[in-house]
Amino acid sequence: MQPWPWYVSGPLIALVMFFLIFSGRNFGMSGNLRVLCAAIGGDKACDFFRFDWKAQRWNLVFALGTILGGFVAAEFLSTDIAVSITEETIEKLNQYGFTDGGAAYLPEQLFSIESLGEPYTVLLLAIGGFLVGFGSRYAGGCTSGHAISGLSDLQMPSLIAVIGFFTGGLFMVHVLFPILF
Amino acid sequence: MKTLKYLITGTVFGIIMFKSEAASWFRIFEMFQFDSFHMYGIIGSALATGVIGIQLVKGLKLRSFSGEEIIIPPKAKGWKNYLFGGIVFGLGWGLAGACPGPIFTLVGAGFLPIILVLVFAVLGTFVYGILKPKLPH
Repeated sequence: MQPWPWYVSGPLIALVMFFLIFSGRNFGMSGNLRVLCAAIGGDKACDFFRFDWKAQRWNLVFALGTILGGFVAAEFLSTDIAVSITEETIEKLNQYGFTDGGAAYLPEQLFSIESLGEPYTVLLLAIGGFLVGFGSRYAGGCTSGHAISGLSDLQMPSLIAVIGFFTGGLFMVHVLFPILF
Repeated sequence: MKTLKYLITGTVFGIIMFKSEAASWFRIFEMFQFDSFHMYGIIGSALATGVIGIQLVKGLKLRSFSGEEIIIPPKAKGWKNYLFGGIVFGLGWGLAGACPGPIFTLVGAGFLPIILVLVFAVLGTFVYGILKPKLPH
């Protein structure tokens, strides 16, 4: 099966958000990271994790579903998962040593099993994950909570957060990638 | 039954993330290079649908499935935490090429190194919780 075009995917994401809103919930994936912190005993470490995380169990179930969805899509709904990025992007990636642009879903250099044997790669993945977790909570949300939910409700804090998302992302890819790769 | 509802919605969301390629590191890199409209199209059309829908919900005073009033809580005022936190998040998004939704999606799709990203995302959240009183908000 082919990848889905943006004009199908985008409205579907909004429908997921509306389904949650009409269920009396909200759409926010990074909230699960906080729930996980509380569930593994973070409430003993600081106030921020002292909340009724069990009331957020529905969101953990949603995240479990997201994992399941990734499995279903990759195993049963895809024949070729190579992502057709543009030629310009493939050329830029080659300069950074990523040689499988246009031929894979994720770069081998970062996400193959073998890459876990490379201390430098492990460090990069760890830093990337840490920044995502720290930043999303500091900003009070991630792409789902701010870029989709918050902006849909025309909230100024979400616009500021999304400007931050792109400032950080552009800085990483244009300024730090030449140093890191 | 209620639990099943969220499991199914989550599954649909995971399928959308994977099939739209929003969970692809390559697509995120491409987006930050402004080389393709794809990611902007996804976010833009999600937003267009979202803005119209929220206006309808508010304008028509629509009620939830269980008949209750729909309240969309406004985010707390301020800008520092949104901007600084947003920049930190963006740095991670550009490097790991995945935000939280796609991180969960990729775990299911079988890319094992993403588990490392997930573990450190939880750790990052944990460290934020500890440092929160000392950070500008």
